[in-house]
Amino acid sequence: MTNEKSYIARNWWKILSIVLLVYTVIAGLLLPIPDLPALEETSRNLYFHVCMWFAMMILFTISVVYSICYLISFKHKYDIYARQFAVVGIVMGILGYATGAVWMSYTWADPNNPTFQSFGALAREPKLIGAAIALLIYFAYLVLRDSINDMDKRARISAVYNIFAYAMLFPSIWIVPRILPSLHPGQEGNPAMNFKDITPMMRVVFYPAFIGWTLLSVWIATLKVRLSLLKEKKLMS
Amino acid sequence: MLLHAQGSSIGNTMRSNGRIYVVIAVILIILAGLILYLIRLDKKISKFEKEI
Repeated sequence: MTNEKSYIARNWWKILSIVLLVYTVIAGLLLPIPDLPALEETSRNLYFHVCMWFAMMILFTISVVYSICYLISFKHKYDIYARQFAVVGIVMGILGYATGAVWMSYTWADPNNPTFQSFGALAREPKLIGAAIALLIYFAYLVLRDSINDMDKRARISAVYNIFAYAMLFPSIWIVPRILPSLHPGQEGNPAMNFKDITPMMRVVFYPAFIGWTLLSVWIATLKVRLSLLKEKKLMS
Repeated sequence: MLLHAQGSSIGNTMRSNGRIYVVIAVILIILAGLILYLIRLDKKISKFEKEI
């Protein structure tokens, strides 16, 4: 019985994540949203597309914290933590990019031009280029880390590189897209966080959605961490 | 651009005839499947952690 209790005590956030995601789907599709020109019902994508990017940023932040922990303590487990959180962060980033591509093709495309011609304008979007650069830098992190065979060297070099990669997030997705003109919302401030962008009703869904998706991705990352720690243990024994 | 032309009337129709619940049911089933898969993986890994 006590075992059962501690299981829930340890995993309450996984249950919270499930509850919040179910709530997100139901409330996200049913609650009213403002009727904005061109966006209309697609505004509901806010609860899914934007949450992917937020989850990515939080996972990259966790990853860089573990990299710093590694460089301070040189404990091998922190290296594994940093790597797996970065991988799941990349997955969330790719999902954010893919969902953004679908959403964009219905709301940004110029109705007077065929899709092929308006693609020229879309490809110049600073937000898209910035996000692509950020993701490519993290791809390079994986390539770099997995191409070094020596365990200590790999951990040290990739931890340092991870800090550089995180530093590059600032200009590529937070600063440069806000300086240049863009079709993407959120030019002055944080997209979906300031009071001009979304109504109080949308906030009621957006915050739980954001927490739910983030917890889900952290859950996946911890599973990956535990699996590779097990692998490591087996190699050692 | 079909969505744009018809506007939010799609949203109103979907809600008034209750079809939106079909979409919600489908998404919830997918979500439930994914989460059950995650829970199973979690339990399996916990078992292995105890064994080693």
